Amino acid sequence: MHNFPAILLDDELWRIVTLSLQVSLSAVGIAMALGLPLGAALAVWRFPGRDVVVVTLNALMGLPPVVVGLVVYLLLSRAGPLGQLGLLFTPGAMVIAQTILILPIAAALCRQAVEDAWREYEEQLRSLGVEGLQAALTVLWDIRFSLLTAVLAGLGRASAEVGAVMIVGGNIDGVTRVMTTTIALETSKGDLPLALGLGIVLIGVVLLLNGAAHLVKEAAQRRYG
Amino acid sequence: MILPLRLDEVSLTIQGRTVIHPLSLEIAAGPATIILGANGAGKSVLMRLMHGLLSPTSGRVQWRDADPDRVRRMQAMVFQRPVMLRRSALANVQYPLQAAGVAEPERSRVAAAALQEVGLHHLAGRPARAFSGGEQQRLALARAWALHPEVLFLDEPTASLDPTATREIESIIRAFDASGTKIIMATHNLGQARRLGDEVLFIHQGRLVERALVDRFFNQPASAEAAAFIKGELPWV
Amino acid sequence: MGLMLRFLLLLGLTMQAEAQQSYITVASTTSTEQSGLFRHLLPRFERKTGIQVRVVALGTGQALDMGKRGDADVVLVHAKALEEKFVAEGFGVERVEVMYNDFVIVGPKSDPARIAGTKDVVEAFRKIASAKARFASRGDKSGTHFAELQLWKAAGIELEKEKGPWYRDTGSGMGPTLNTAAGMDAYALADRGTWLSFKNRGNLTIAVEGDRKLFNQYGVIRVNPAKHPHVRKAEGQAFIDWLVSDEGQAAIAAYKIGGEQLFFPNAKR
Repeated sequence: MHNFPAILLDDELWRIVTLSLQVSLSAVGIAMALGLPLGAALAVWRFPGRDVVVVTLNALMGLPPVVVGLVVYLLLSRAGPLGQLGLLFTPGAMVIAQTILILPIAAALCRQAVEDAWREYEEQLRSLGVEGLQAALTVLWDIRFSLLTAVLAGLGRASAEVGAVMIVGGNIDGVTRVMTTTIALETSKGDLPLALGLGIVLIGVVLLLNGAAHLVKEAAQRRYG
Repeated sequence: MILPLRLDEVSLTIQGRTVIHPLSLEIAAGPATIILGANGAGKSVLMRLMHGLLSPTSGRVQWRDADPDRVRRMQAMVFQRPVMLRRSALANVQYPLQAAGVAEPERSRVAAAALQEVGLHHLAGRPARAFSGGEQQRLALARAWALHPEVLFLDEPTASLDPTATREIESIIRAFDASGTKIIMATHNLGQARRLGDEVLFIHQGRLVERALVDRFFNQPASAEAAAFIKGELPWV
Repeated sequence: MGLMLRFLLLLGLTMQAEAQQSYITVASTTSTEQSGLFRHLLPRFERKTGIQVRVVALGTGQALDMGKRGDADVVLVHAKALEEKFVAEGFGVERVEVMYNDFVIVGPKSDPARIAGTKDVVEAFRKIASAKARFASRGDKSGTHFAELQLWKAAGIELEKEKGPWYRDTGSGMGPTLNTAAGMDAYALADRGTWLSFKNRGNLTIAVEGDRKLFNQYGVIRVNPAKHPHVRKAEGQAFIDWLVSDEGQAAIAAYKIGGEQLFFPNAKR
């Protein structure tokens, strides 16, 4: 890769963008699958110590990526407990690390949204004979468009971070090199204009994704009300 | 049969405030029962205690049937503001049927018939949230109708609606009544009480002050509070 | 829901694809990677043997740690004493010399310590310390950092006592350290390779070069399968064999930046 804007035509750049999207979108997908039901359950279920859990979950939204990267590295290293899996320095490890980063965002934002909606829905659903987990899932599905914000927040966090993917991925040329680690590399090589250019590409890609999500939301809201 | 419903010294205290004082009564099948009273008298709370949405602080709410599942399934409630899911009208009516385990094609058939009954069949595929207030309330009634409940609770169902919509709702309630469903409706609208009710339970400051058949209640109220209310003198309690 | 499943599938396929091709993990240094050598060298090896070489570039200390943990199959670094210790402690099979490059002292054109053109690097370090001229150090346990510390020692400077605000410990790789040096008009010890590809030079230029003490020997070591049975020993050995072969050595010599050769093959035969 040489200079901006010539790099926009470079195959390598788009391979890196594709890998970045694969990793971050996979992490978002898994984090949502796990975090949304968790958030909904937390919104609806009352148990001793619930406040502590809620506060902790909110705080975990600010987990430092580099710390998560370090912990996952130690787990996946051959010298660590999960070394047998051979996942270190693969895109799989990057997905795992980013999933851990996004999970609290998914759960905490979902909890808040469901808790707010619960006040509106709970009584009516109970009257219709629907309670507990089934009611929580009904509400969760009904507010799916508001949850889109949580998804985009998670995606933003994942595509922006460099600390975790650098450590667990190793920034291997052609294998685990993503947009953010490439920008870090070019910066440390002193090629600041290129780094800046790549940064603009990254922001552009994320903007496009957000725009697409917005259009989907608009269309769906028109259909379902 | 889950009726008659009996309340044994049922009271409700919330955060130190007694909202319903110990109250005993029995509600039998047959006559449309109106729970009448001023705003804040405790009508909604009483209905929720009967329907099981609130648990009494003391006393017992006792239906004739001992099976709690059957008791729950044979009741339905329509609220002042209906809560619809972000789905089509038909899907909203199908929702509680599905939760109750009703399978296709029965489910769609019953739901479609319910929509027909309230005159919303032509809007079956439209998003329910896009409906007007009156249409959503009719949809809520269709949803209740599909369950074929023995008892239908209505909590001020027309308080938020214009006169035309109110008339439509009242005619559907009459249809429910005619089909044998027990109507228990809370309202502060005297005209509506006269139009739809057979008997009146008059609530004042959390107490059952008077109970009488509609004509006797309006023509010869026995209590001073009831008399004042009818004369329109009782504002917010 | 469907969207999510599709991405998991995509990820699975990606991981699957990786599993098909054989590969080795090589722990090396940031300066070596940033010089661009691997991009030039590795495709040739891969074409010849079909083995993909995945380089994780860290500081020398971290690279050796990776070998100790068994997270790499081969380590390729440039710190002889540390490498020999690595083998002596049983983490590596054998240390094989591959090539050398050299360090240079870069500094501001204004040359506050008056060292430009000196042929004696130890003398240059002495002058920097006595002039208290700004110096940016990597401070990250890397081979370069190690070499820098050796030179201070040779100059008779006890860093712990003498360092002051003029000595900046950046704790980072070669590139960021050069960025810092350029940003504050400081001297720094850099490997020629990183310097040649470094674009953010500011006022910096080469002040001292050519002293034999600045030569930087690279060694490649296979991680010991006795300690880590899972390492890919055949493929790792194939890589080392190729590096010291005529073909590999010629490829190393052929790598140039702006017409200048960076690495000088010197494998023993």
